[in-house]
Amino acid sequence: MSPATPGSVGHLLPVAALWRREFIRFWRERSRVFGFVGMPLVFWLIIGSGFGNLGFFYPGALTLTVMFSAVFSMMSLIEDRREGFLLSMLASPAPRAAIALGKIFGTSTLAWLQALLFLVFLPLAGFHIVPLRLLALVAVLFLVSFTFTALGFFFAWQMDSTQGFHAVMNLLLFPLWMISGSLFSADSAGAWMRVLMRLNPLAYSVAAVRRLLDPAVPSSTPGLVFSILLTAGCGLVLLAVSAAAVSRPSVRNRA
Amino acid sequence: MIAAAENLVHRYGHRTALDGLSFQVEPGAIFGILGPNGGGKSTLFRILSTLMAPVSGAAFIDGLDVVRRPREVRTRLGVVFQSPSLDRKLTVGENLHAQGSLYGMRGPLLRRRISEVLERLRLRDRENDIVDRLSGGLRRRAEIAKALLHRPSVLLMDEPSSGLDPAARRELMDYITGLRDEQGTTVILTTHILDEADRCDRLLLLSHGRSVAAGSPAELKARVGGDVVEFEVSEIGNLVASMAERFRVRPQVVDGRIRVEIPNGHRFAAEAVEAFPGRIHSVAMHRPTLEDVFLDETGEHI
Repeated sequence: MSPATPGSVGHLLPVAALWRREFIRFWRERSRVFGFVGMPLVFWLIIGSGFGNLGFFYPGALTLTVMFSAVFSMMSLIEDRREGFLLSMLASPAPRAAIALGKIFGTSTLAWLQALLFLVFLPLAGFHIVPLRLLALVAVLFLVSFTFTALGFFFAWQMDSTQGFHAVMNLLLFPLWMISGSLFSADSAGAWMRVLMRLNPLAYSVAAVRRLLDPAVPSSTPGLVFSILLTAGCGLVLLAVSAAAVSRPSVRNRA
Repeated sequence: MIAAAENLVHRYGHRTALDGLSFQVEPGAIFGILGPNGGGKSTLFRILSTLMAPVSGAAFIDGLDVVRRPREVRTRLGVVFQSPSLDRKLTVGENLHAQGSLYGMRGPLLRRRISEVLERLRLRDRENDIVDRLSGGLRRRAEIAKALLHRPSVLLMDEPSSGLDPAARRELMDYITGLRDEQGTTVILTTHILDEADRCDRLLLLSHGRSVAAGSPAELKARVGGDVVEFEVSEIGNLVASMAERFRVRPQVVDGRIRVEIPNGHRFAAEAVEAFPGRIHSVAMHRPTLEDVFLDETGEHI
Protein backbone atom coordinates (compact mmCIF):
# COMPACT_ATOMS: atom_id res chain seq x y z
CA MET A 1 0.00 0.00 0.00
CA SER A 2 2.84 2.39 0.78
CA PRO A 3 4.07 4.59 -2.02
CA ALA A 4 7.79 4.59 -1.42
CA THR A 5 9.77 1.63 -0.17
CA PRO A 6 8.57 1.40 3.40
CA GLY A 7 10.85 3.03 5.90
CA SER A 8 13.14 4.59 3.35
CA VAL A 9 12.26 8.19 2.67
CA GLY A 10 15.40 9.99 1.52
CA HIS A 11 16.73 13.27 2.85
CA LEU A 12 16.48 15.36 -0.29
CA LEU A 13 12.70 15.60 -0.74
CA PRO A 14 11.88 16.54 2.86
CA VAL A 15 14.71 19.10 2.97
CA ALA A 16 13.55 20.66 -0.30
CA ALA A 17 9.92 20.73 0.85
CA LEU A 18 10.72 22.44 4.15
CA TRP A 19 13.04 24.88 2.40
CA ARG A 20 10.30 25.77 -0.06
CA ARG A 21 7.79 26.17 2.74
CA GLU A 22 9.92 28.81 4.47
CA PHE A 23 10.03 30.82 1.25
CA ILE A 24 6.30 30.64 0.64
CA ARG A 25 5.59 31.67 4.21
CA PHE A 26 8.04 34.53 4.02
CA TRP A 27 6.56 35.81 0.79
CA ARG A 28 2.97 35.64 2.08
CA GLU A 29 3.77 37.77 5.13
CA ARG A 30 4.05 41.28 3.82
CA SER A 31 5.39 42.64 7.10
CA ARG A 32 8.34 40.30 6.91
CA VAL A 33 9.08 41.34 3.36
CA PHE A 34 9.02 45.02 4.40
CA GLY A 35 11.35 44.36 7.30
CA PHE A 36 13.61 42.37 5.05
CA VAL A 37 14.12 45.23 2.61
CA GLY A 38 13.59 48.03 5.13
CA MET A 39 16.40 47.11 7.47
CA PRO A 40 19.19 47.55 4.90
CA LEU A 41 17.53 50.84 3.88
CA VAL A 42 17.65 52.17 7.42
CA PHE A 43 21.23 51.03 7.60
CA TRP A 44 21.97 52.94 4.43
CA LEU A 45 20.37 56.13 5.79
CA ILE A 46 22.55 55.98 8.88
CA ILE A 47 25.64 55.36 6.81
CA GLY A 48 24.69 58.20 4.49
CA SER A 49 24.51 60.57 7.45
CA GLY A 50 28.27 60.37 7.81
CA PHE A 51 28.98 58.17 10.77
CA GLY A 52 32.56 58.16 12.03
CA ASN A 53 34.99 55.30 11.45
CA LEU A 54 32.56 53.41 9.27
CA GLY A 55 35.19 51.11 7.87
CA PHE A 56 35.73 49.64 11.31
CA PHE A 57 32.07 49.21 12.26
CA TYR A 58 30.74 47.91 8.97
CA PRO A 59 31.92 44.26 9.29
CA GLY A 60 30.58 44.02 12.85
CA ALA A 61 27.25 45.55 11.91
CA LEU A 62 26.94 43.23 8.93
CA THR A 63 27.68 40.17 11.05
CA LEU A 64 25.32 41.37 13.75
CA THR A 65 22.47 41.70 11.28
CA VAL A 66 22.99 38.27 9.77
CA MET A 67 23.41 36.67 13.15
CA PHE A 68 20.31 38.18 14.72
CA SER A 69 18.01 37.67 11.79
CA ALA A 70 19.28 34.08 11.53
CA VAL A 71 18.77 33.27 15.20
CA PHE A 72 15.43 34.99 15.62
CA SER A 73 13.92 33.55 12.47
CA MET A 74 13.87 30.31 14.46
CA MET A 75 11.01 31.67 16.51
CA SER A 76 8.98 30.09 13.74
CA LEU A 77 9.99 26.68 15.07
CA ILE A 78 8.18 27.46 18.32
CA GLU A 79 5.15 28.52 16.28
CA ASP A 80 5.35 25.30 14.27
CA ARG A 81 5.20 23.37 17.51
CA ARG A 82 2.29 25.40 18.78
CA GLU A 83 0.35 25.08 15.55
CA GLY A 84 0.78 21.34 15.24
CA PHE A 85 2.75 21.42 12.00
CA LEU A 86 5.77 20.15 13.87
CA LEU A 87 3.84 17.15 15.19
CA SER A 88 2.79 16.13 11.72
CA MET A 89 6.42 16.37 10.54
CA LEU A 90 7.46 14.13 13.41
CA ALA A 91 4.73 11.61 12.64
CA SER A 92 6.05 11.33 9.07
CA PRO A 93 8.76 8.88 8.04
CA ALA A 94 11.07 11.74 6.98
CA PRO A 95 14.51 11.30 8.57
CA ARG A 96 14.83 13.40 11.73
CA ALA A 97 18.07 14.93 10.45
CA ALA A 98 16.24 16.02 7.29
CA ILE A 99 13.61 17.78 9.39
CA ALA A 100 16.29 19.74 11.25
CA LEU A 101 18.31 20.41 8.10
CA GLY A 102 15.30 21.49 6.02
CA LYS A 103 14.15 23.96 8.63
CA ILE A 104 17.66 25.33 9.23
CA PHE A 105 18.48 25.49 5.55
CA GLY A 106 15.25 27.33 4.66
CA THR A 107 15.52 29.98 7.35
CA SER A 108 19.26 30.48 6.90
CA THR A 109 18.83 31.07 3.18
CA LEU A 110 16.46 33.93 3.96
CA ALA A 111 18.83 35.50 6.49
CA TRP A 112 21.63 35.16 3.98
CA LEU A 113 19.68 36.84 1.17
CA GLN A 114 19.03 39.76 3.46
CA ALA A 115 22.73 40.03 4.22
CA LEU A 116 23.39 40.23 0.49
CA LEU A 117 21.22 43.34 0.33
CA PHE A 118 23.63 44.97 2.77
CA LEU A 119 26.54 44.34 0.45
CA VAL A 120 25.10 46.92 -1.91
CA PHE A 121 26.40 49.54 0.51
CA LEU A 122 29.99 48.30 0.49
CA PRO A 123 31.27 51.17 -1.67
CA LEU A 124 29.51 53.69 0.59
CA ALA A 125 31.35 52.30 3.57
CA GLY A 126 34.61 52.83 1.68
CA PHE A 127 35.31 49.22 0.72
CA HIS A 128 36.50 48.33 -2.74
CA ILE A 129 36.46 44.63 -3.09
CA VAL A 130 37.60 42.44 -6.01
CA PRO A 131 35.01 40.01 -7.43
CA LEU A 132 36.72 36.90 -6.09
CA ARG A 133 36.77 38.27 -2.54
CA LEU A 134 33.19 39.34 -2.92
CA LEU A 135 32.30 35.79 -3.86
CA ALA A 136 34.16 34.47 -0.84
CA LEU A 137 32.34 37.00 1.33
CA VAL A 138 28.99 35.83 -0.02
CA ALA A 139 29.93 32.26 0.87
CA VAL A 140 31.13 33.21 4.35
CA LEU A 141 27.91 35.11 5.01
CA PHE A 142 25.97 31.95 4.17
CA LEU A 143 28.13 29.99 6.57
CA VAL A 144 27.52 32.54 9.33
CA SER A 145 23.78 32.55 8.78
CA PHE A 146 23.68 28.74 8.67
CA THR A 147 25.64 28.45 11.91
CA PHE A 148 23.46 30.92 13.77
CA THR A 149 20.24 29.46 12.44
CA ALA A 150 21.41 26.08 13.73
CA LEU A 151 22.14 27.71 17.09
CA GLY A 152 18.63 29.18 17.06
CA PHE A 153 17.14 25.79 16.16
CA PHE A 154 18.86 24.05 19.03
CA PHE A 155 17.57 26.55 21.59
CA ALA A 156 14.12 26.99 20.05
CA TRP A 157 13.65 23.20 20.12
CA GLN A 158 13.89 23.20 23.91
CA MET A 159 11.52 26.11 24.45
CA ASP A 160 7.81 26.66 24.17
CA SER A 161 7.52 30.42 24.38
CA THR A 162 8.77 32.89 21.82
CA GLN A 163 9.29 35.50 24.54
CA GLY A 164 11.46 33.11 26.53
CA PHE A 165 13.45 32.26 23.44
CA HIS A 166 13.94 35.95 22.69
CA ALA A 167 15.15 36.67 26.21
CA VAL A 168 17.57 33.74 26.34
CA MET A 169 19.07 34.43 22.93
CA ASN A 170 19.57 38.12 23.69
CA LEU A 171 21.25 37.24 26.94
CA LEU A 172 23.57 34.86 25.13
CA LEU A 173 24.27 36.81 21.97
CA PHE A 174 24.65 40.42 23.08
CA PRO A 175 27.66 39.93 25.36
CA LEU A 176 29.26 37.64 22.80
CA TRP A 177 28.76 40.21 20.08
CA MET A 178 30.12 43.05 22.23
CA ILE A 179 33.38 41.21 22.76
CA SER A 180 33.55 39.86 19.22
CA GLY A 181 35.81 42.61 17.93
CA SER A 182 32.83 44.43 16.43
CA LEU A 183 32.94 47.40 18.83
CA PHE A 184 36.64 47.51 19.69
CA SER A 185 39.60 45.55 18.46
CA ALA A 186 41.53 43.14 20.64
CA ASP A 187 44.56 45.45 20.44
CA SER A 188 42.85 48.10 22.52
CA ALA A 189 41.63 45.58 25.11
CA GLY A 190 43.24 44.40 28.35
CA ALA A 191 44.89 40.98 28.68
CA TRP A 192 41.83 39.27 30.19
CA MET A 193 39.52 40.65 27.59
CA ARG A 194 41.88 39.46 24.90
CA VAL A 195 41.65 35.91 26.24
CA LEU A 196 37.86 36.12 26.36
CA MET A 197 37.77 37.43 22.83
CA ARG A 198 39.92 34.57 21.65
CA LEU A 199 37.54 32.07 23.27
CA ASN A 200 34.48 33.70 21.78
CA PRO A 201 33.30 31.66 18.77
CA LEU A 202 31.35 34.63 17.48
CA ALA A 203 34.58 36.66 17.16
CA TYR A 204 35.66 34.34 14.36
CA SER A 205 32.57 35.06 12.28
CA VAL A 206 33.30 38.77 12.59
CA ALA A 207 36.99 38.14 11.85
CA ALA A 208 36.25 36.19 8.67
CA VAL A 209 34.04 38.99 7.35
CA ARG A 210 36.58 41.66 8.39
CA ARG A 211 39.51 39.84 6.76
CA LEU A 212 37.64 39.50 3.48
CA LEU A 213 36.55 43.12 3.41
CA ASP A 214 39.84 44.66 4.35
CA PRO A 215 43.16 42.83 3.97
CA ALA A 216 44.90 45.46 6.10
CA VAL A 217 43.26 44.55 9.42
CA PRO A 218 45.00 44.69 12.83
CA SER A 219 47.30 41.72 13.24
CA SER A 220 45.37 40.61 16.33
CA THR A 221 42.42 39.63 14.09
CA PRO A 222 42.25 35.81 13.77
CA GLY A 223 43.32 34.36 10.40
CA LEU A 224 40.84 33.97 7.57
CA VAL A 225 41.09 30.23 6.97
CA PHE A 226 41.03 29.41 10.66
CA SER A 227 38.03 31.69 11.20
CA ILE A 228 36.10 30.08 8.35
CA LEU A 229 36.90 26.57 9.54
CA LEU A 230 35.89 27.39 13.08
CA THR A 231 32.58 28.93 12.01
CA ALA A 232 31.85 25.95 9.75
CA GLY A 233 32.82 23.56 12.55
CA CYS A 234 30.44 25.28 14.98
CA GLY A 235 27.69 25.10 12.36
CA LEU A 236 28.17 21.39 11.84
CA VAL A 237 28.25 20.65 15.55
CA LEU A 238 25.07 22.68 16.08
CA LEU A 239 23.37 20.89 13.17
CA ALA A 240 24.35 17.53 14.65
CA VAL A 241 23.07 18.35 18.15
CA SER A 242 19.88 19.77 16.66
CA ALA A 243 19.29 16.60 14.64
CA ALA A 244 19.99 14.54 17.76
CA ALA A 245 17.48 16.62 19.72
CA VAL A 246 14.80 15.97 17.08
CA SER A 247 15.58 12.24 17.16
CA ARG A 248 15.04 11.91 20.89
CA PRO A 249 12.28 9.30 21.16
CA SER A 250 10.05 10.99 23.69
CA VAL A 251 8.70 14.20 22.32
CA ARG A 252 7.08 16.78 24.52
CA ASN A 253 3.70 16.96 22.98
CA ARG A 254 1.89 20.02 24.11
CA ALA A 255 -0.33 20.56 21.14
CA MET B 1 -4.78 -7.99 13.53
CA ILE B 2 -3.87 -4.68 11.98
CA ALA B 3 -3.20 -2.95 15.27
CA ALA B 4 -2.75 -4.16 18.81
CA ALA B 5 -1.62 -3.13 22.25
CA GLU B 6 -0.16 -5.49 24.81
CA ASN B 7 -0.16 -4.50 28.43
CA LEU B 8 0.68 -0.85 27.78
CA VAL B 9 1.76 1.10 30.82
CA HIS B 10 2.64 4.78 30.89
CA ARG B 11 3.26 7.20 33.73
CA TYR B 12 3.89 10.92 33.96
CA GLY B 13 5.85 11.18 37.18
CA HIS B 14 3.61 9.51 39.73
CA ARG B 15 0.44 9.79 37.71
CA THR B 16 -0.47 6.62 35.84
CA ALA B 17 -1.99 7.38 32.44
CA LEU B 18 -2.12 3.86 31.03
CA ASP B 19 -2.44 0.97 33.40
CA GLY B 20 -1.88 -2.30 31.56
CA LEU B 21 -3.99 -1.67 28.47
CA SER B 22 -4.44 -4.40 25.86
CA PHE B 23 -6.65 -4.54 22.78
CA GLN B 24 -6.75 -5.74 19.19
CA VAL B 25 -8.08 -4.05 16.08
CA GLU B 26 -9.32 -6.04 13.11
CA PRO B 27 -8.54 -4.82 9.62
CA GLY B 28 -11.20 -2.72 7.90
CA ALA B 29 -12.93 -1.73 11.12
CA ILE B 30 -13.67 1.64 12.64
CA PHE B 31 -12.28 1.21 16.12
CA GLY B 32 -13.32 3.82 18.66
CA ILE B 33 -11.61 4.54 21.95
CA LEU B 34 -14.24 6.12 24.15
CA GLY B 35 -13.58 7.70 27.49
CA PRO B 36 -13.56 10.89 29.49
CA ASN B 37 -10.79 13.44 29.09
CA GLY B 38 -7.89 12.39 31.27
CA GLY B 39 -8.78 8.73 30.84
CA GLY B 40 -5.63 7.93 28.87
CA LYS B 41 -6.82 8.50 25.30
CA SER B 42 -4.24 11.11 24.40
CA THR B 43 -1.42 9.09 25.87
CA LEU B 44 -2.50 6.07 23.87
CA PHE B 45 -2.72 8.24 20.75
CA ARG B 46 0.82 9.55 21.21
CA ILE B 47 2.16 6.04 21.63
CA LEU B 48 0.34 4.64 18.58
CA SER B 49 1.46 7.60 16.46
CA THR B 50 5.13 6.84 17.38
CA LEU B 51 5.60 10.19 19.11
CA MET B 52 6.13 8.75 22.55
CA ALA B 53 7.42 5.47 23.94
CA PRO B 54 5.42 3.74 26.70
CA VAL B 55 7.07 2.92 30.03
CA SER B 56 6.38 -0.75 29.37
CA GLY B 57 4.30 -3.00 27.15
CA ALA B 58 4.15 -2.84 23.38
CA ALA B 59 1.95 -1.56 20.57
CA PHE B 60 1.85 -2.77 16.97
CA ILE B 61 0.66 -1.32 13.70
CA ASP B 62 0.49 -3.77 10.80
CA GLY B 63 2.50 -6.20 12.93
CA LEU B 64 5.31 -3.68 13.47
CA ASP B 65 6.40 -2.57 16.91
CA VAL B 66 5.83 1.21 17.14
CA VAL B 67 8.87 1.72 19.36
CA ARG B 68 11.35 -0.52 17.56
CA ARG B 69 10.39 0.23 13.97
CA PRO B 70 8.93 3.73 14.02
CA ARG B 71 9.89 4.68 10.46
CA GLU B 72 8.13 1.71 8.92
CA VAL B 73 5.12 2.26 11.14
CA ARG B 74 4.96 5.91 10.03
CA THR B 75 4.70 4.97 6.34
CA ARG B 76 1.64 2.83 7.14
CA LEU B 77 -0.03 5.29 9.41
CA GLY B 78 -2.07 8.38 8.57
CA VAL B 79 -2.39 10.65 11.58
CA VAL B 80 -5.02 13.34 12.17
CA PHE B 81 -4.14 15.33 15.26
CA GLN B 82 -6.69 17.08 17.40
CA SER B 83 -4.91 20.39 16.97
CA PRO B 84 -4.70 21.55 13.37
CA SER B 85 -1.47 20.51 11.70
CA LEU B 86 -1.89 22.30 8.39
CA ASP B 87 0.36 25.26 7.75
CA ARG B 88 -2.19 28.07 7.83
CA LYS B 89 -0.15 30.34 5.61
CA LEU B 90 0.01 27.78 2.81
CA THR B 91 -2.71 26.75 0.39
CA VAL B 92 -4.34 23.34 0.66
CA GLY B 93 -2.34 22.21 -2.39
CA GLU B 94 0.96 23.48 -0.99
CA ASN B 95 0.28 21.70 2.29
CA LEU B 96 -0.38 18.46 0.45
CA HIS B 97 2.75 18.90 -1.62
CA ALA B 98 4.88 19.36 1.49
CA GLN B 99 3.24 16.38 3.14
CA GLY B 100 3.90 14.20 0.08
CA SER B 101 7.58 15.16 0.14
CA LEU B 102 7.85 14.18 3.79
CA TYR B 103 6.53 10.76 2.77
CA GLY B 104 8.95 10.43 -0.12
CA MET B 105 6.51 11.13 -2.95
CA ARG B 106 7.13 13.45 -5.89
CA GLY B 107 6.40 14.17 -9.54
CA PRO B 108 3.43 12.61 -11.36
CA LEU B 109 2.74 10.14 -8.54
CA LEU B 110 2.40 12.95 -6.02
CA ARG B 111 0.24 15.01 -8.37
CA ARG B 112 -2.04 12.03 -8.93
CA ARG B 113 -2.36 11.37 -5.21
CA ILE B 114 -3.08 15.00 -4.46
CA SER B 115 -5.87 15.08 -7.01
CA GLU B 116 -7.23 11.77 -5.64
CA VAL B 117 -7.51 12.97 -2.05
CA LEU B 118 -8.91 16.34 -3.11
CA GLU B 119 -11.57 14.49 -5.08
CA ARG B 120 -12.33 12.09 -2.26
CA LEU B 121 -12.79 14.85 0.29
CA ARG B 122 -14.55 17.17 -2.17
CA LEU B 123 -11.88 19.83 -1.89
CA ARG B 124 -11.01 20.13 -5.56
CA ASP B 125 -12.10 23.74 -5.83
CA ARG B 126 -10.21 24.58 -2.62
CA GLU B 127 -6.79 23.49 -3.76
CA ASN B 128 -5.51 27.06 -4.17
CA ASP B 129 -7.19 28.50 -1.07
CA ILE B 130 -4.99 29.53 1.81
CA VAL B 131 -5.85 27.39 4.84
CA ASP B 132 -6.31 30.42 7.08
CA ARG B 133 -9.36 31.41 5.04
CA LEU B 134 -11.16 28.05 5.20
CA SER B 135 -14.04 27.22 7.55
CA GLY B 136 -13.52 24.76 10.41
CA GLY B 137 -15.27 21.90 8.60
CA LEU B 138 -13.23 22.41 5.43
CA ARG B 139 -10.01 22.56 7.40
CA ARG B 140 -10.79 19.27 9.09
CA ARG B 141 -11.42 17.73 5.68
CA ALA B 142 -8.11 19.10 4.45
CA GLU B 143 -6.44 17.56 7.53
CA ILE B 144 -7.89 14.19 6.57
CA ALA B 145 -6.83 14.63 2.95
CA LYS B 146 -3.31 15.28 4.22
CA ALA B 147 -3.35 12.15 6.36
CA LEU B 148 -4.65 9.97 3.50
CA LEU B 149 -2.20 11.20 0.86
CA HIS B 150 0.20 8.28 1.20
CA ARG B 151 -2.64 5.72 1.36
CA PRO B 152 -2.03 4.56 4.90
CA SER B 153 -3.39 1.19 5.94
CA VAL B 154 -4.41 2.65 9.29
CA LEU B 155 -5.89 6.09 9.82
CA LEU B 156 -5.38 7.31 13.38
CA MET B 157 -7.55 10.22 14.51
CA ASP B 158 -7.54 12.09 17.80
CA GLU B 159 -10.98 13.47 18.64
CA PRO B 160 -11.71 14.04 14.95
CA SER B 161 -14.92 16.00 15.42
CA SER B 162 -13.97 18.21 18.34
CA GLY B 163 -14.90 21.80 17.55
CA LEU B 164 -17.25 20.83 14.73
CA ASP B 165 -20.98 21.49 14.70
CA PRO B 166 -23.32 18.45 14.60
CA ALA B 167 -23.86 18.72 10.82
CA ALA B 168 -20.14 18.83 10.07
CA ARG B 169 -19.64 15.99 12.54
CA ARG B 170 -22.16 13.77 10.75
CA GLU B 171 -20.57 14.59 7.43
CA LEU B 172 -17.17 13.69 8.83
CA MET B 173 -18.39 10.30 10.04
CA ASP B 174 -19.90 9.70 6.58
CA TYR B 175 -16.44 10.22 5.08
CA ILE B 176 -14.89 7.86 7.56
CA THR B 177 -17.39 5.09 6.93
CA GLY B 178 -17.05 5.66 3.17
CA LEU B 179 -13.33 5.27 3.50
CA ARG B 180 -13.73 1.97 5.30
CA ASP B 181 -16.26 0.66 2.78
CA GLU B 182 -14.47 1.73 -0.39
CA GLN B 183 -10.80 1.43 0.51
CA GLY B 184 -10.89 -0.97 3.41
CA THR B 185 -8.92 1.50 5.50
CA THR B 186 -8.82 0.71 9.19
CA VAL B 187 -9.70 3.72 11.30
CA ILE B 188 -8.73 4.12 14.94
CA LEU B 189 -10.22 7.15 16.61
CA THR B 190 -10.44 8.53 20.11
CA THR B 191 -13.62 10.26 21.17
CA HIS B 192 -15.75 11.37 24.05
CA ILE B 193 -18.74 12.15 21.83
CA LEU B 194 -21.49 9.53 21.96
CA ASP B 195 -22.83 10.06 18.41
CA GLU B 196 -19.38 9.46 17.05
CA ALA B 197 -18.82 6.39 19.21
CA ASP B 198 -22.17 4.96 18.08
CA ARG B 199 -20.94 4.87 14.50
CA CYS B 200 -17.85 2.82 15.26
CA ASP B 201 -17.73 -0.91 14.52
CA ARG B 202 -15.90 -1.73 17.72
CA LEU B 203 -15.44 0.27 20.87
CA LEU B 204 -13.00 0.23 23.71
CA LEU B 205 -14.17 2.00 26.85
CA LEU B 206 -11.20 3.55 28.56
CA SER B 207 -11.20 4.80 32.12
CA HIS B 208 -8.20 5.59 34.32
CA GLY B 209 -5.91 3.99 31.77
CA ARG B 210 -7.74 0.67 31.75
CA SER B 211 -10.12 -1.02 29.39
CA VAL B 212 -13.46 -1.28 31.21
CA ALA B 213 -15.43 -2.86 28.35
CA ALA B 214 -15.04 -3.69 24.67
CA GLY B 215 -17.39 -4.72 21.89
CA SER B 216 -19.68 -3.30 19.25
CA PRO B 217 -21.95 -0.43 20.35
CA ALA B 218 -24.96 -2.79 20.19
CA GLU B 219 -23.24 -5.47 22.27
CA LEU B 220 -22.22 -2.94 24.86
CA LYS B 221 -25.69 -1.48 25.11
CA ALA B 222 -27.18 -4.98 25.45
CA ARG B 223 -25.23 -5.28 28.69
CA VAL B 224 -27.53 -2.74 30.22
CA GLY B 225 -30.65 -4.68 31.24
CA GLY B 226 -33.47 -3.31 29.06
CA ASP B 227 -34.45 0.36 29.47
CA VAL B 228 -33.11 3.07 31.69
CA VAL B 229 -35.69 4.79 33.90
CA GLU B 230 -34.79 7.89 35.89
CA PHE B 231 -36.89 9.40 38.65
CA GLU B 232 -36.60 12.93 39.89
CA VAL B 233 -37.71 12.99 43.51
CA SER B 234 -38.12 15.59 46.24
CA GLU B 235 -36.26 13.53 48.80
CA ILE B 236 -34.48 10.28 48.25
CA GLY B 237 -34.79 9.05 51.84
CA ASN B 238 -35.79 5.37 51.99
CA LEU B 239 -37.12 5.41 48.43
CA VAL B 240 -34.18 3.46 47.04
CA ALA B 241 -34.62 0.67 49.57
CA SER B 242 -38.40 0.54 49.20
CA MET B 243 -38.16 0.46 45.43
CA ALA B 244 -35.58 -2.32 45.56
CA GLU B 245 -37.73 -4.38 47.89
CA ARG B 246 -41.01 -3.87 46.12
CA PHE B 247 -39.92 -4.29 42.51
CA ARG B 248 -36.83 -6.44 42.97
CA VAL B 249 -34.65 -3.94 41.12
CA ARG B 250 -31.25 -2.41 41.87
CA PRO B 251 -31.74 1.38 41.88
CA GLN B 252 -28.68 3.63 41.77
CA VAL B 253 -28.48 7.26 42.77
CA VAL B 254 -26.85 9.32 40.06
CA ASP B 255 -26.69 13.11 40.23
CA GLY B 256 -29.50 13.22 42.80
CA ARG B 257 -31.81 11.09 40.68
CA ILE B 258 -32.82 7.48 41.11
CA ARG B 259 -31.81 5.41 38.13
CA VAL B 260 -33.09 1.91 37.36
CA GLU B 261 -32.24 -0.42 34.50
CA ILE B 262 -35.12 -2.72 33.71
CA PRO B 263 -36.84 -4.43 30.75
CA ASN B 264 -40.24 -2.95 29.83
CA GLY B 265 -39.34 0.29 31.51
CA HIS B 266 -42.61 2.03 30.66
CA ARG B 267 -44.64 -0.45 32.73
CA PHE B 268 -42.25 -0.21 35.68
CA ALA B 269 -42.28 3.59 35.51
CA ALA B 270 -46.07 3.74 35.73
CA GLU B 271 -46.20 1.23 38.59
CA ALA B 272 -43.49 3.03 40.54
CA VAL B 273 -45.25 6.40 40.29
CA GLU B 274 -48.43 4.77 41.61
CA ALA B 275 -46.63 2.88 44.35
CA PHE B 276 -45.02 6.02 45.83
CA PRO B 277 -47.72 8.68 45.46
CA GLY B 278 -46.52 12.25 45.61
CA ARG B 279 -42.87 11.41 46.01
CA ILE B 280 -41.83 11.28 42.36
CA HIS B 281 -41.75 14.60 40.50
CA SER B 282 -40.87 13.40 37.06
CA VAL B 283 -39.97 10.27 35.16
CA ALA B 284 -37.67 9.90 32.17
CA MET B 285 -37.04 6.77 30.21
CA HIS B 286 -34.63 5.99 27.38
CA ARG B 287 -33.09 3.08 25.51
CA PRO B 288 -29.58 2.42 26.87
CA THR B 289 -26.87 4.68 25.50
CA LEU B 290 -23.12 4.27 25.65
CA GLU B 291 -23.20 6.76 28.47
CA ASP B 292 -25.28 4.24 30.46
CA VAL B 293 -22.79 1.51 29.67
CA PHE B 294 -19.97 3.68 30.86
CA LEU B 295 -21.86 4.67 33.98
CA ASP B 296 -22.58 1.01 34.77
CA GLU B 297 -18.98 -0.04 34.34
CA THR B 298 -17.25 2.86 36.06
CA GLY B 299 -19.83 4.78 38.07
CA GLU B 300 -18.63 7.88 36.18
CA HIS B 301 -19.82 9.96 33.29
CA ILE B 302 -17.96 10.13 30.01
